[in-house]
Amino acid sequence: MASLIPCPHCGIRPKEEFSIRGDASLVRPDPESSDETWNDYVHIRANPRGRYREHWQHVAGCRRWLVVERDTFTHEVFSVSDGAVRPWETSR
Amino acid sequence: MTAYRLSAGGLVDRSAPLTFTFDGQSMQGFEGDTLASGLLANDRMLVGRSFKYHRPRGIVSAGVSEPNALVTLGLGARSDPNTKATVAELYAGLDARSQNRWPSLKYDVGAVNGLLSPFLSAGFYYKTFMWPAAFWEKVYEPIIRKAAGLGRAVLERDPETYEKCWAHCDLLVIGSGPTGLMAALSAGRAGLRVVLADEGFRHGGSLLSETTPIDGAPAAAFAAAAITELEALPNVTLMTRTTVFGWYDDNVFGALERVQKHVATPSAKLPVERLWRIAARRALLATGAEERPLVFGGNDRPGVMMAGALSTYANRYGVAAGTSVAIFTNGSAGYRTAADLSAHGISVAAIIDSRAESPDVAPSGTRVIRGGSIVDTKGKLRLSGLVVERAGFEEIIDCDAIGMSGGFSPVIHLACQRGAKPLWSEALKAFVAPDVGQGFGVAGSAAGLYSLPACLRDGADKAQAFANDLGFSTSPADLPVVGAEPDPSFTALWYVAGAKSKAFVDFQNDVHVSDLGLALREGFGHVEHAKRYTTNGMATDQGKLSGINATGLLAAMQGISPADVGTTTFRPFYTPVPFGALAGTSRDEHAAPKRVSPLHGWAARNGAVFIDSGLWYRPSWFARAGEKTWRESVDREVLTVRANVGLCDVSTLGKIEVFGPDAAEFLNRVYCNPFLKLPVGKARYGLMLREDGMVYDDGTTSRLGPEHFVVTTTTALAGGVLSHMEYCAQVLWPDLNLRFCSVSDQWAQMAIAGPKARLVVQALVEDDVSNAAFPFLAAKAVTLKGGLKGRLFRISFSGELAYELAVPAGYGEAVADALMEAGRAHGICAYGLEALNVLRIEKGHVTHAELDGRVTPDDVGFGRMLSSQKADFIGKRLSTRFGLTAADRMQMVGLKPIEKDKDIRAGAHLLREGAKPSTLNDQGYVSSACHSPVLGQFIALGFLKSGRERYGEKVVIWDRLRGEETLAEVCSPVFVDPANARLNL
Amino acid sequence: MRYSAFSIVKNALSGNVNWKPAWRQPEPKPFYDVIIVGGGGHGLATAYYLAKEFGVRNIAVLEKGYLGSGNVGRNTTIVRSNYMLPGNEPFYEFSMKLWEGLEQDLNYNAMLSQRGIINLFHNDGQRDAYIRRGNAMWMEGVPAELLDRAALRKMLPYLNFDHARFPIIGGLLQKRGGTARHDAVAWGFGRAADKHGVDLIQNCEVTGIRRENGVVTGVETSRGFIGCGKLGLAAAGNTSRVGQMAGLKLPIESHVLQAFVTEGLKPAINHVITYGAGHFYISQSDKGGLVFGAEIDGYNSYAQRGNLATVEHVMEEGVTMIPGLSRARVLRSWGGVMDMSMDGSPIISRTPIDNLYLNAGWCYGGFKATPASGWCFAHLIAKNETHPVARFLRLDRFERGYPIDEHGAGPQPNLH
Repeated sequence: MASLIPCPHCGIRPKEEFSIRGDASLVRPDPESSDETWNDYVHIRANPRGRYREHWQHVAGCRRWLVVERDTFTHEVFSVSDGAVRPWETSR
Repeated sequence: MTAYRLSAGGLVDRSAPLTFTFDGQSMQGFEGDTLASGLLANDRMLVGRSFKYHRPRGIVSAGVSEPNALVTLGLGARSDPNTKATVAELYAGLDARSQNRWPSLKYDVGAVNGLLSPFLSAGFYYKTFMWPAAFWEKVYEPIIRKAAGLGRAVLERDPETYEKCWAHCDLLVIGSGPTGLMAALSAGRAGLRVVLADEGFRHGGSLLSETTPIDGAPAAAFAAAAITELEALPNVTLMTRTTVFGWYDDNVFGALERVQKHVATPSAKLPVERLWRIAARRALLATGAEERPLVFGGNDRPGVMMAGALSTYANRYGVAAGTSVAIFTNGSAGYRTAADLSAHGISVAAIIDSRAESPDVAPSGTRVIRGGSIVDTKGKLRLSGLVVERAGFEEIIDCDAIGMSGGFSPVIHLACQRGAKPLWSEALKAFVAPDVGQGFGVAGSAAGLYSLPACLRDGADKAQAFANDLGFSTSPADLPVVGAEPDPSFTALWYVAGAKSKAFVDFQNDVHVSDLGLALREGFGHVEHAKRYTTNGMATDQGKLSGINATGLLAAMQGISPADVGTTTFRPFYTPVPFGALAGTSRDEHAAPKRVSPLHGWAARNGAVFIDSGLWYRPSWFARAGEKTWRESVDREVLTVRANVGLCDVSTLGKIEVFGPDAAEFLNRVYCNPFLKLPVGKARYGLMLREDGMVYDDGTTSRLGPEHFVVTTTTALAGGVLSHMEYCAQVLWPDLNLRFCSVSDQWAQMAIAGPKARLVVQALVEDDVSNAAFPFLAAKAVTLKGGLKGRLFRISFSGELAYELAVPAGYGEAVADALMEAGRAHGICAYGLEALNVLRIEKGHVTHAELDGRVTPDDVGFGRMLSSQKADFIGKRLSTRFGLTAADRMQMVGLKPIEKDKDIRAGAHLLREGAKPSTLNDQGYVSSACHSPVLGQFIALGFLKSGRERYGEKVVIWDRLRGEETLAEVCSPVFVDPANARLNL
Repeated sequence: MRYSAFSIVKNALSGNVNWKPAWRQPEPKPFYDVIIVGGGGHGLATAYYLAKEFGVRNIAVLEKGYLGSGNVGRNTTIVRSNYMLPGNEPFYEFSMKLWEGLEQDLNYNAMLSQRGIINLFHNDGQRDAYIRRGNAMWMEGVPAELLDRAALRKMLPYLNFDHARFPIIGGLLQKRGGTARHDAVAWGFGRAADKHGVDLIQNCEVTGIRRENGVVTGVETSRGFIGCGKLGLAAAGNTSRVGQMAGLKLPIESHVLQAFVTEGLKPAINHVITYGAGHFYISQSDKGGLVFGAEIDGYNSYAQRGNLATVEHVMEEGVTMIPGLSRARVLRSWGGVMDMSMDGSPIISRTPIDNLYLNAGWCYGGFKATPASGWCFAHLIAKNETHPVARFLRLDRFERGYPIDEHGAGPQPNLH
């Protein structure tokens, strides 16, 4: 990152084809969860310096939401996967 | 005469003379000259004035590190200020002017600053100009500002064009000197896709000034042969006049190609400059090393130059920078220059070697002063001599040029642009690039290997390693044979003691040794502090010559190692890049795409006055003959809609088709109001929230089948809502079974509104559109007379009986024409955005003027839409936060002036009657306002604290910005037909 | 040593060898009443006002690098108070007023230059929003002027009036807006704080925050443990990392914003100008460089460097706004790490820990706030009481539902 993103559907594409939303490790809480849980989801960010999962959408390509796992300091990209699949959750 | 053209030699084309001018004086040069070599050939050494003291300055270098020889090239809108004469390619008709001098280069009034220099020490302005307070801006700052800058920007429209390209390669080689050429040859022969880029106008780099033979032939001939071979390789791209200026993430490099900067009249068929983004799998930095100036008294006198530059001017350009040249060196390089000059018959007055002993051998007959140092120089606008000191004795030596050689620094700028810190090498007495990994290597002199054979080998080796790394097989490098060469060495010398006049570190910014001393004394000893306090390294050369000496000096003054001082941060760009080249073609009218509706032609034929609205061009109103103001047209359009019927293009609304068994469930979660039970054939107004409970967008959604919906969005958020829905479907609820896609561009959509709308619509549509068969909020696929399939929606933004008819985009204009024809008998008119706005304000309908991202559904009167039945929807949970439900929130209200003839305009604020204007007393603001032709007065929508409780109250509409105050009555935001009777006609 | 024209002459005549260090280089003491983490503009200003206005003695500022090595030395130097929302405008106007007397107060010329800031607008909706903003400024007593196209053409003839994709229809002017020399602001506050006895401790990185019984007792640093009575965090850009040491949950993401400077040019642009059809803004420094920038790169980052695509976009906007910039050469670009908050507005606040205070979330606008941020943070730390103009800048405003969202973009930091 962030000059080139290897989209799992379209191949390596330049950054400007994507839009970025933010932290992909957040999971939308159940409606019954506490106020604090909901506030954390909407407003609180871990904001790590280092490995980070971020939601990027390939707006000028496949239009899929992707999870870009990368380092926020070196900008190295470790993996890019489709946002509907959460390999780190299933492997847990 | 002091500087002159040698009678023979060099790579200039003596059969191609060129005429150019400098400060109006006509001069002769040759094809292959730079402006600097051309100026020297014409005995022009004085070319500029320094920034602060306006000291006379001459050419110092032969490349991009030049701090002094900055000129303005070209005229008028084509002028390029601050151009380095040392890299500007000479062409016939080139017009160069000196800068930062008045009235002339020779007699510059600003030079008085030099006399005041004790008072203008580093950071002096931080310590004074504070009294009296008002004087800084009125008196002092204007004087300082006037002195700012060197060249003049004309700020005229640039007549030239630029473009951008992408390139992809296995290996990018930066620099085509011996290292780069061998690297490109090795990689090219192995089959890699290679890009070889060099900032010069001719490939070869230092080989073009090199006197050591390669394979028994002149070095330049070796370079030419290598280029010939590379040109023949289809997998190699050669780029000259191309500066790789930046290293970005993922080995994407920014490079600037000067396509036509070297021609007097650029062809319109080509860009003048081209920006390249080069995506390289591997890259090799072969940018060589920079010779360091020596910091001695009077080292800025015109005629004091880099030793290597003297060699380059003699060897490559056939120019002698002086008739009698002294060399001041701390290493072997000075001896090489002496040899080069001697070989050209240029007299070498002396070699002053700061070292007491050295193995270096001077050309025969040349005087060598070992253990000597220059403590001062003589001359005014041109060097005339120097004062050398040795063992306590001083001697004056006449000379008109000095070649100084203070050792070498690898050029590692690019390697350190991404956060890696340079490492101090005690062996090399220089900073070198750390291992930056990521397939980016450094080779040759840039890696601290200074001898020619070592460079050739290193280039080949590192390219082969990259080739192997990428899976290419290579054969052993076929290295050319180079005669034995003494290993260049030097002894670090940061400052020459005993200076009798100012010893400059940064020539352009006039930073001298005592400035750095002062910075240190005042606590600004950190290298970044010293830079910022003294401005050392902040000039147009970005410290290419001054940076290392400043570090060395700061270290020496504190008695610590340069390793502990470090360097300032290397940041893009390696050399300056023009705005225009980075912008490319995306400028002016082409700054953003233009979007026009499928009905654009229809609207234009009907007299539309267009206005841009985001990327769209939309009809603002439709002027008719005799209408003198836009208001006349708009009033007529509004009244026609209220009385008869009007036609409005609403094609720009976002349209998203949603299909699937879970489509209803999905919409039910995306909207705050319920959608599960929306019957087939019905439309419903929907409100979409953000997760923080604020309104995001609104629009109508229609159910065309059990598993088929059409969502409409506002024009502005058509893209945003689509992305948001995609996020919800793909990330939040991937288990829901649905698909959707945008069809915004596929349909032309028209609103037909007014009491006679049905007559017009029925004239075109086969299906029964009567109130009984097709009541308010009905929605379905219809067949137009003639068989065209369309969609019809009984929805209304104007509050009138209204339909929206959608037809495939290509049929839009024909259908609009047919509607106008059918409506003619009923008095139809086309209406635009302005009338649409008036109609919706009269009805209290909201747009983005109200839905500005800070309002809740309740703020705009839609609190009841928040479904309490639904377990979940986007924004549900946070919409219950205290601040979002507080009683004193601003709520949308209507506003009417008490005096009917007063106007109200959006952006005004609201105050209680008699209240003093203050942030505390601020009651709200006007979001939308218009003249209502129906009511015959201005009306407005606004947000007022606890507004819905305050109908009937009088408030002041406070528009201090435009000097207006109006008393208004707070009322319901629905001004026309509050019972909505007209909808159901 | 007091700075004055006299001191300059006197020192010049003695060869400039008698100038004294701008500040001491003290060794850290074992305990301070107040420790401020972060020797940038806000941290230094806080320490200065704590000592001067609130009578606190025994203060230290801990800086991991050199003084002013963060965003105060890496910004576009703009000073203004042209905000729209009541949560912001009084605070920034307080700051503006402090700027106006700052140099005399600090005995340091920060080269404040109130040359005027002009926000261009390009359509009716934008115009209405800027008028709302201008009237909000007037509500706070801040003069603002509306400029029409003709006035702008006269004032800024080099703008793109005839070939613009988004025509300029007017502008909002705050005459008191302008620029200040960024480094000098840090140095001026640092020097003045030092004069008031504040220990400025450089090369001292905080690596941990020690808590006992729910209160902070001190900080672990690269130079050992230092105890404190109260701890103030002013480490924008790295707020999350420092906050994490105390277990704070923060509504902040770190983003990179690039800025640029051209080669020195003779004065040509005499205002601060912002582009309404994008994010571009520009001014010209007293040294002649055109200083400019636009939007953040958009992804979370702690790297002080940006992306080429963003660079190009900035230039596109610049050349579209001022066609004559085309041939100006851009000398240098740099990147700063921004504390992007969830509503685009800053935080000066108590925290769930009694003696821990937070100054953060400055997004890309912290420089102009420097004096007021220092003053209000000092007020909060000294009195444990919020300064009236900063009363909306609370950390808990998000959970309570009181965002200060100037852009109306919602809780997605890269949209602000």
